[in-house]
Amino acid sequence: MSLQEHAFADVADVRERLGTTGYLADEAIATTVFLADRLRKPLLVEGPAGVGKTELAKALATCVGAELIRLQCYEGLDEARALYEWNYKKQLLRIQAGSGSGDEGGWQQAHDDIFSEEFLLSRPLLTAIRRESPTVLLIDETDKADVEVEGLLLEVLSDFQVTIPELGTITASRRPFVVLTSNATRELSEALKRRCLYLNLDYPSAEREKEIVLSRVPDLSEKLAESLVRIVRALRAMELKKAPSIAETIDWAQTVLALGFDTFDEKAVASTLGVVLKHASDQARAIGHLKLTAN
Amino acid sequence: MNLLDRTVDFVAALRRAGIPVSSAETVDAATAVGAMGWADRDAVRAAFAATLIKRPLYRSAFDTLFDLYFPPRIGDGVSLDPSPEPHAASGSGDGEPVDKAPAPEDLSPEELEELRRALRDQLLDALRDGNDEALRDLARRAVTSFGGGAGVGGSTGRSWYLYRALRAMSAETLIAQLLNDRLGEAERGGLAERVARQTISDRIRAFEEMVAAEVRRRMAEERGIEAVERSAVGPLDDQVEFLRASQRDLIELRRQVYPLARRLATQLTARRHLGRTGRLDFRRTVRASLATGGVPVDTKFRPRKPHKPELVVLCDVSGSVASFAHFTLLLTHALREQFSKVRAFAFIDTTDEVTRFLRGLDLGDMMARISSEAELVWYDGHSDYGHAIDVFAERYGESVGPRTSLLILGDARNNYRPTSAQLFRRLCGQARHAYWLNPEPRGYWGSGDSATDVYADVVDEMVECRNVAQLEEFIERILPS
Repeated sequence: MSLQEHAFADVADVRERLGTTGYLADEAIATTVFLADRLRKPLLVEGPAGVGKTELAKALATCVGAELIRLQCYEGLDEARALYEWNYKKQLLRIQAGSGSGDEGGWQQAHDDIFSEEFLLSRPLLTAIRRESPTVLLIDETDKADVEVEGLLLEVLSDFQVTIPELGTITASRRPFVVLTSNATRELSEALKRRCLYLNLDYPSAEREKEIVLSRVPDLSEKLAESLVRIVRALRAMELKKAPSIAETIDWAQTVLALGFDTFDEKAVASTLGVVLKHASDQARAIGHLKLTAN
Repeated sequence: MNLLDRTVDFVAALRRAGIPVSSAETVDAATAVGAMGWADRDAVRAAFAATLIKRPLYRSAFDTLFDLYFPPRIGDGVSLDPSPEPHAASGSGDGEPVDKAPAPEDLSPEELEELRRALRDQLLDALRDGNDEALRDLARRAVTSFGGGAGVGGSTGRSWYLYRALRAMSAETLIAQLLNDRLGEAERGGLAERVARQTISDRIRAFEEMVAAEVRRRMAEERGIEAVERSAVGPLDDQVEFLRASQRDLIELRRQVYPLARRLATQLTARRHLGRTGRLDFRRTVRASLATGGVPVDTKFRPRKPHKPELVVLCDVSGSVASFAHFTLLLTHALREQFSKVRAFAFIDTTDEVTRFLRGLDLGDMMARISSEAELVWYDGHSDYGHAIDVFAERYGESVGPRTSLLILGDARNNYRPTSAQLFRRLCGQARHAYWLNPEPRGYWGSGDSATDVYADVVDEMVECRNVAQLEEFIERILPS
């Protein structure tokens, strides 16, 4: 592995290439991605649901021509699901097949056999480490996993190697670009954070969100997109249970387009509010706050 | 001083502000800037943020300190930015470079007034267009012309005042005009106006923030960074004291209620899943035994059914502690899935049940409705813990049972009135646990009219609960595990 091998030339390059995949990065995102590439550090992306954290990893993979390997975290995720596991059933079959032949001295051989590559089930972390070609490893919703998994990640992410007792240590021949995402439902451990570059992804600025909406829903008029984005921002400023995400803004834009509204007035907003607000109490509050029932 | 020393100083300042930064992270920061170069200030900021700041909580303190340690300009506005002179971008029409603006002392009051008008006109344009660069430029000029004053307390040099600059610009008074420009007659009063208002007030807030940053920067030049640093960086959000929180802090605290409740709930659920204390889970054990050739080496257990207590919250909502009480009420209510039942009672000098006000309202509405609809005042509207406890015991005494955790929120400042300690002892005896959360610093307990000493003996524990961090710690501790 050559140490000089970097995916991006400079920050502008990051922006441009992410842009070609349809992901509009702002300055902070582009800089942080560039640094993660330069410093070869994992990138921890934290932020509320629906601001495009997973999307960033996907866009990255596309624009550098790497394969995306995804480890979806959930409560109860363990080493066997994250790293590797022996294929017990197949091992059992192998042993039974061996004992049928009546070969007495075959134990040693059977032992060597059943702990070989053939019986290893590679899970995302090991897969990512063993790959020869460019790889983006996405560890999604890290905060959902148990604390022990973080310990495992620490080990893998600092050295990019995995020790399998029966096979020896496997070291990455080519370091994957690692992206961890978190919704901050709990604080990740200091140790993990220390090893990562941190990007706090929040809702985008009005201009950027408008660009995003227009790039995803090109048929929408600019004026409509602007008022849509403004209203979404007004909604986010309220104290809602679930603020509208970028994806929901885009859904809303598509709805508005499909229904053929040419202005975005009270009636239009009120009739399509369900696209962005999915709690009855949130809707009630938005209607009250924006005085949608006035007319 | 070179940039590396400056970086190290900056890290030291972050640590002083309560942000944990490890040496490894400092090295990362230096490496990162090495890869980026120092040329672009925003890029340097992003690089530092990525390597040094790992919780959103720290971000605003970081930005303030970054502006102090790596100011974009020095003096009255000699730009160090490689970007084109921002003044040109303001599109204001007068092309006079700002650096040549005469010192405000040399101007007559009339000229000063004229300058003020001109600046306000430009501010109007900039606010309308949302031109950040122009706003920043105006903030700088406003401070130059109107924010200055003689040094205080005999110190030499000039002093800079946020309030003077803000008053001269009085951006708030431009709202009406901006709205007029933006909206046609037909759009008044409706959705369009509300949205426009929101946009404008966001921009004004941003502008005021810029003026504040500019004042801090100049003070730092005048007095040295470290002198300004302490006043510039407030306590981190989870350290803001409830009793001293400003309106703005409270808004920020409220925003944290739901995430905080969600985080606590997740932690509790996770903790519950640990430990193999329940009954044997036969199916999962057999399944796992396949891995060991049918021998159940690894036994699996069902999680034990969580014990869910009932929670009764009794809180003082008199003026002095209201913000604390409401905040805590809302948090406990947000955590209601963790309890089989939550009931809330509020009192000033008499007690009423307020459970009905908690649901589906925001904090502001809740406070208003509790104070207008609940029956909390019996005699003179000053805290009377004794009478409140009497009434509670008489009317709602049956709500406290052997499964109940009783939570009392208040400062126990009783205006030297009777305490009803006897009755209170009986109530606490009925409950499974009784905790008292006191928003006052421990050192003040028992001073003056505080009846803390009397009550502290009765409850299981009286806990100091001055900020979100302490509240979070407490709730985590008492919730069922």
